[in-house]
Amino acid sequence: MVKISHKILANLKEDIIKGRRNKEDEDFEGGGVGEPGVVELVEDALNRGVKPKEIIDCINGAMVAVGKRYETGEFFIPDMMAAAEAVSVGMKVLEPHLISAGERMEKFVIATVEGDLHDIGKNIVALFLKGGGFDVIDLGVNVPAETIVKTVKGEDAKFVGLSALLTTTMQRMGEVVEKMRIHGVDAKVLVGGAAVSAEYAEQIGAIYCKDAFEAVKVAKGG
Amino acid sequence: MREGVLVKPYERLEREQLEGIHNASLAILRDPGIVSYNREATDIFKENGAEVSSHGAYWQISIPEWLVEGSIKCAPSVIKLGARDKENNLILDGNEPRVRFGTGSESNVILDIEIEEFVSERTGGKRRFPVFHRRRGTVRDLCEAAHLCEHLQNVDFFIRTVNIQDEDITNDNKDVNKYYASLNNMKKHVMAGLTNVKKLDEVIRMAEIISGGRGREEPIISFVTCVTKSPLQLVDDTTQNLIEIAKSGYPVSISTSPQGGSTAPLQEAGLLAQLNAEILTGIVLAQLVRKKTPVLYGSVPLRVRMDTLDNMYGAPESNLYNIGAVQMARFYGIPCYSTAGIGDSKFPGIEASVNKQLSHLYIALSGAQYIHYAFGLLEGTNTFSPEQAILDDLHIGIIKSLFKEQRIEKEIGDSLKEIREVMGTSHKMFTRYTRKYLRKGGFVPFYPYEGDANETLMQVKERKEALVSAPVEEIPADIKKELFQEFDILDRIK
Repeated sequence: MVKISHKILANLKEDIIKGRRNKEDEDFEGGGVGEPGVVELVEDALNRGVKPKEIIDCINGAMVAVGKRYETGEFFIPDMMAAAEAVSVGMKVLEPHLISAGERMEKFVIATVEGDLHDIGKNIVALFLKGGGFDVIDLGVNVPAETIVKTVKGEDAKFVGLSALLTTTMQRMGEVVEKMRIHGVDAKVLVGGAAVSAEYAEQIGAIYCKDAFEAVKVAKGG
Repeated sequence: MREGVLVKPYERLEREQLEGIHNASLAILRDPGIVSYNREATDIFKENGAEVSSHGAYWQISIPEWLVEGSIKCAPSVIKLGARDKENNLILDGNEPRVRFGTGSESNVILDIEIEEFVSERTGGKRRFPVFHRRRGTVRDLCEAAHLCEHLQNVDFFIRTVNIQDEDITNDNKDVNKYYASLNNMKKHVMAGLTNVKKLDEVIRMAEIISGGRGREEPIISFVTCVTKSPLQLVDDTTQNLIEIAKSGYPVSISTSPQGGSTAPLQEAGLLAQLNAEILTGIVLAQLVRKKTPVLYGSVPLRVRMDTLDNMYGAPESNLYNIGAVQMARFYGIPCYSTAGIGDSKFPGIEASVNKQLSHLYIALSGAQYIHYAFGLLEGTNTFSPEQAILDDLHIGIIKSLFKEQRIEKEIGDSLKEIREVMGTSHKMFTRYTRKYLRKGGFVPFYPYEGDANETLMQVKERKEALVSAPVEEIPADIKKELFQEFDILDRIK
């Protein structure tokens, strides 16, 4: 029994590294279709009585391995995103079990600010955060400051991520921070995007993240 | 086997124009004919029906059309070139425009890069810069160049990049040392010119020992000889090399290097007619010595610069001449040893790469089977820079990917599936599907050298250090022992 659960977790780790969300997905070489993927393996592990915390630890270990492969140049951003996506679908299966076990996934509200329709960077960050085990609430693009503040408050999120590509829309980030202050919403604000700089972030009282890796690192308190 | 890339060749010249050049070459070979400084070649031509007149130090040979036509028919269209690793074998088909790139050839100078720190007079700040040092090439440099080229993906074959000029390298031991230095450090096909024709048998024997008895049917070595000095003169020693190599049955590239504007006409038609006549002379001789001698149509034409009459490989005309020669080789169905990647810049980096890339692309478009001179050469063919070879490898990889087989029919179904799936996701990114193609190879994931020209060179130097430190599979120890007992190979390259 113990051996089987170990094998399931080993396969889970392997499938996260390969970015296989479910049995429909291919591995790197185009094979593996029909074999259980992350969703099936998480379900199987839960059914066999593996504790949610153990599964979380396995997922974290897999993401560390993925990160190392990126650092050595073996993996590229598409690999990181596929792995993160696999984690996010696994977390959906795991979430109710975590809640009943008294565990909590940290909430992270993310949005492209009002007036800006660019979302590639925001989407990558959202995916990486999901891969990092966060419950990401993605409000999409062109989101007014009021909506962001209301959501952060309503969801009791600890983090909010704001993205802007344009210098004109970047100013909206300041508005969000200001509105949060007025409404007494206490969450860390992470900002990023082509127009944004560390200086600007400091000026408005936010934390600048140059890329998705840094966003995950900051949110995890690194 | 190294497949190379199959191209749809750019045909600058029409078939009638190729026939026109062919006929002009035949007319040249008849009148004025060829000047020969080699007695044996002269006798061979005479015995086979050419008209010969003696002029003291040389002979004038008038070669009849039928002799040329017959010899062209005799030359094989398909040539197999072996390698220590059979995965690196090459099959050159004169009728198939399948492109491969290799090195060349015998540069005298090696350009070293050292990184030194400098202090700004204005700010007092320190910064590191690459500094260049030129020196004569040695057998160790040749070992290192072969080692490096073993790791460069796009080097399909190796012609020694550097002339070995050590004090203990002599006319008698140069050939075995240059072939050994190359073969011990790489498992790709090795071609070289002969320094001493008397050493041909030794070199062939060495290659046969190394390859475990694979002889001329799958030769891991081949030869190149420049039999003519333009215009239209058969040189004594290189012609003798050709005769002896032809007798051995090993493949040989018959190269010639007419210089448009000085030793050949500047205009394309005249240069091509003369170049073709010079190569055909070698082809005829090789076939008369031994029918079916595997020959490569070796074209190394160029234009001269007008201020000094020195070679100007980067001149646009040099490329025009080359592409015409590739077409002539295909007209005959003989594999073409062509020329690309030589520029006039003296230093590695941006200017050299721009200059080279033009001919890499243009000559690849022509469909030449065996493109030499493509890696690391600077200021014409005078200098070899390992760092430039690394840049050339990257850029040739990019060019090769331009000729990838199109797979529209095969890909369209999968693409539709991908588009539908991605539109159903929150992130709407195709990255998941990108991974498969990323891992198939032949794909440059990103340009790896970033920064200003100096920073780039320092990054490339770092890459070079890593590549020459990465191991290669040398010749097995027992075979090495046998080679060192039998041949005069320098101990220091063991």
